[in-house]
Formats: sequence, structure tokens, C-alpha cells
Amino acid sequence: MNDYQMMVDAYKEAGGDDVFADSEVAHLVLERDKILGMHAVEGLEVEADKISNDTVKVKVTIKEGYKIKNPVHMCFGVLPKEGRQKIEMKVEVQKDAQVEVRADCVFPNAVQVEHIMDAVINIAAGGSYIYKEHHFHGDNGGVEVIAKSDINVESYGKLVTKFDLLKGRVGKIDFDYEANIAEHGTVEMLARISGQQDDLVKIREAAHLKGESARGILDSKIALKDQAEAEIYNELTADAAEAMGHVDCTEIIKDQAIARAIPIVDVRHPEAKVTHEAAIGSVDSTQLQTLMARGLDEEEASEVIIQGLLND
Amino acid sequence: MSKLLEVKDLHLKIEDAEILKGMEFSLEKGEVFALIGPNGCGKSTLAYTLMGINNYHPQKGEMIYKGEKINELAINERAKKGITLAWQEPARYQGVTVREFLSLGLKSQREEVTEEKLKEALNKVAINPAQYLNRFVDKSLSGGERKRIELASLILMHPELIILDEPDSGVDIVALNNIAEMINYFKDSGSGILLITHSEEMLEYADRAALVCEGEIIRQGNPADISEYFKSFCFPCAKEEDCETEVAS
Repeated sequence: MNDYQMMVDAYKEAGGDDVFADSEVAHLVLERDKILGMHAVEGLEVEADKISNDTVKVKVTIKEGYKIKNPVHMCFGVLPKEGRQKIEMKVEVQKDAQVEVRADCVFPNAVQVEHIMDAVINIAAGGSYIYKEHHFHGDNGGVEVIAKSDINVESYGKLVTKFDLLKGRVGKIDFDYEANIAEHGTVEMLARISGQQDDLVKIREAAHLKGESARGILDSKIALKDQAEAEIYNELTADAAEAMGHVDCTEIIKDQAIARAIPIVDVRHPEAKVTHEAAIGSVDSTQLQTLMARGLDEEEASEVIIQGLLND
Repeated sequence: MSKLLEVKDLHLKIEDAEILKGMEFSLEKGEVFALIGPNGCGKSTLAYTLMGINNYHPQKGEMIYKGEKINELAINERAKKGITLAWQEPARYQGVTVREFLSLGLKSQREEVTEEKLKEALNKVAINPAQYLNRFVDKSLSGGERKRIELASLILMHPELIILDEPDSGVDIVALNNIAEMINYFKDSGSGILLITHSEEMLEYADRAALVCEGEIIRQGNPADISEYFKSFCFPCAKEEDCETEVAS
């Protein structure tokens, strides 16, 4: 079986849709530094170049006014037990263009794998970029993901990022996303992660609502068990009139897991408003016992509650 | 009718507070037995104790369900034997759909989950399946909607003993009528119902009733008589010297 087929199979096994043969769906498949598949559609350009060992530079451009009908599928990963993949990604969403990207990152056999994403995302006025990233790391916990994004959303632009890692081990995750939002622009950053054993999750999401009526939501939901640890830094600043935002961090812990939530809310305009909520604790006992009164045992009931929280 | 539940000399203390002080009553199959009493008298505590909720373990007395002592059984073990509780304020679940929530009741009974069964249960509680099956059982539901969905989940469990803790609190008239219909439905299906309520309207659906005062049943009998006594002597409380504490059977 060739590398491309193995990646596609791993992608499908992780829950990805079988879209790579569809000519109306743009896609990009990268295994370490190998560009295994690439397809663009009208209004969308994709360039990918290997620039050094383990490193691929990707540029995605959505041309002015184009609304890409089907989600773009990106499949990144490392198939062997050991390896490194670095992606330098530049996304340019031009004026009034819209696109949704579904990125699946698969590391099914990882024992010592490093995945580094360095992204610069520019969303021009009226543009919209929805980025849903789904990770599948296998059961060994040998993945280290380091992701950094610098994001700029111009007036009336929209950015949504949704990251989830709900099955298999996390390994180590270290995110650092920073977004500047102009007037009437919106940003939503959502993270859903389930950690176990000695998994380590560190997330820093920062959004700066710099323009009038800019909107921002930072929402993290994390479930941890065994000795897993998480540190969530959510930073939302508002500097302009009518800028509004909300920070929400919910972490459920079991066993010896440790969770920290550090929200930073910084408001520098009297007509701006930012709220935050953070809750860390075990599974709610009333929720748990209601399900047990339906016949579920404690473990099953906890799982329903945690999966619900992470699916929300 | 045969005995479904017998509660004998049930005592429960939480920290230093004695909350149940020798509760005694029984319930038959297909019978609705109502417990009324002022706030804080121990009605809900009794419900939690019967269900086996954490920290509600009686220090003395027996709870006998279908001839078997259940004091030491865990909540889910009691549920698997056919006992369930509908809370006064049902829990809400982020990210869990009505479909998933209802399916849990079927799965726990090892029954096949089918769309038809889910729809039938929702229709019985006057909830439109097309509009609700994919909604989350979260804060977006009103109190009445949430309670009706709770009842739908009970329908799918086919419980033999249902403890309804103030099913009428915080609901609108539509939900109230529906709850009343459901009480009759469960009764006709042969389930025994322990109905905890403040409401005279709800008492109309009971076969027998008991008045609870400070952790004890002080009077049992016809629901109308118990209701009358409750109104006459409990608001305001007539105090011990005037209150007839003899238990009528």
C-alpha cells in the first residue's frame, strides 16, 4: 500500500469523510514532509512546497468574493512511530471570501512524533474562515503538538477555530493562538480535549477586540483523568466601543488529574464588555445520580456527561 | 394488590440532624401513594434515601422492595430492579441530545433503541419528536419541557416503582395536565408511584396519602382527608399540643 492510501485510510479510520476522489472538494494531504495529494477548486488556490527536511510550506488563498461551497479537507500526519512534521501555513482569505476547512491530523502509531504548525492567517474585510481541526493520536501518547497562530481579522471578518481531540491519547499539546479583531469582526475559538494518563495540555488563546463592535468568544472544555494535566490561558481584551466578548473554561477532572484555568480579561473602553466563567471540578453529582437512577453505573454515567460536555 | 414497597422504622441522620425519624409506610403495585408536608419535613430526603443517593444511607430501619431488602444496593442496582426517581429539578446535560438521553433508559433495560420507541414516548408527554429529538437536554429547555422529557425517559424504563419528587413544581398548566395523565398511565401499567407533592391538585391522583411532619408520618389515609388536615393544622403549624399525631391507617 502506498503512503497516500495509508494516510487516507488513517484519516478515514479517525472519522474523516471519504472525499479525496471528489473533484468538487479541495484537499491537501501531507505525511511528514511528503506532499501526497493536493487539489484546488475555483476560487481557491493551494500551494505546498517542501522547504527543508521535515518542513512543508503551505499557502492557501481564497480569492476575493468567492464562497467555497464544499469544506476544504486537509489531512496532516506522521504514520511511522517516530518522525517530525513542521508545517508553515499561510492563509489568506481575501475580501468577502468564505471558506470552511476541516483539518484532520492523524498520528495513529506515534511513539515519538512531533507535529509543529506555524500559521499566519489573514482575513480581509468581510471574509470568513472556519477552521475545524480534529486530531487522532493513537494510544501511545507519543505525540507532541506545538501550534502557533497569528491571526488578523479585518472589519466585518469572521474567524472560527474548533479543535477537538476526544479519542486516544493527547501526549503533549502546546497551543498559542493570538488574534486581532477589527471593527465588527468576530472570533470564536473553541477547544475540546480529553486527556488521560500523563497527557499534558497547555493552551493559550488570546483575542484582542480592537475595533468597534468586535466580538469574541473563547471557549475551552477539557476532561482529564489519571495523572493528566491541563493549563488553559484564555485572554480576551477589548479596546473599543461596543466590543463584547466572553471567556468560558470548563474542566472536569477525575483521579489525580490537575487542571488550571487562567482567564485574563482586560477592558479599556467604558462601552466595551467582557465576561468570563471558569469551572473546574469533578462530574456534577446530581447529573451523575440522575443517570444512575436510569440504571447506568458510575463509570458509564460519567462518560455520558463528559462526552456531552466535549460535544457541546 | 401485592406489596411493592415496605418502609419500616426508617431513620436517617445527616451530620447531627435527624431527618427521618422512624418512617413507616407501604405501597402496592398500581397504587399512587402521596406524601405531603411542609418544606423541610423530610419528603425529598425520603425520596433520595429510597433511591440510594450518596450520603442518604439510613442508620436504622428497612426498605423492602418486592420482598427484598434494598438498603445496601447502589442507585443503579435499585434502578435495574425497577426503582427510579424523577427529581424535583431534573439535571441538565450540555451536549447530550434528547435522543441520547432517552436511549439511556432503554439501554439500561437492555432493550433495543428504535426511533419508534423514542417518538412514542415523547408523543405520550406531548413533546413533538421532530422538534425535540436533536435538541440538547440543557438550559435551553424550559422547566416544563425538561420535566416532560424526564417522564418520557421513565416511560422507556418501564419502572415498577416510581418516586416523583414534586413533579408539579415550576411547570405550566400544559405540563401539569401532562404529568397528571402520566401518573394515570404509570398506574394503569401497574407501576407503584410514590408522589411527593405540595399540591392539592396532584393529591387528586393519589389513592392514599400521608402527612409528613419533622421526619415522621403523622397521619395516613384518604387523600382528601389528609389534605384537609394539612390545610387546617399545618398553615400555620398547630404545634404539638394541638396536633393530632395518631397515625390513621
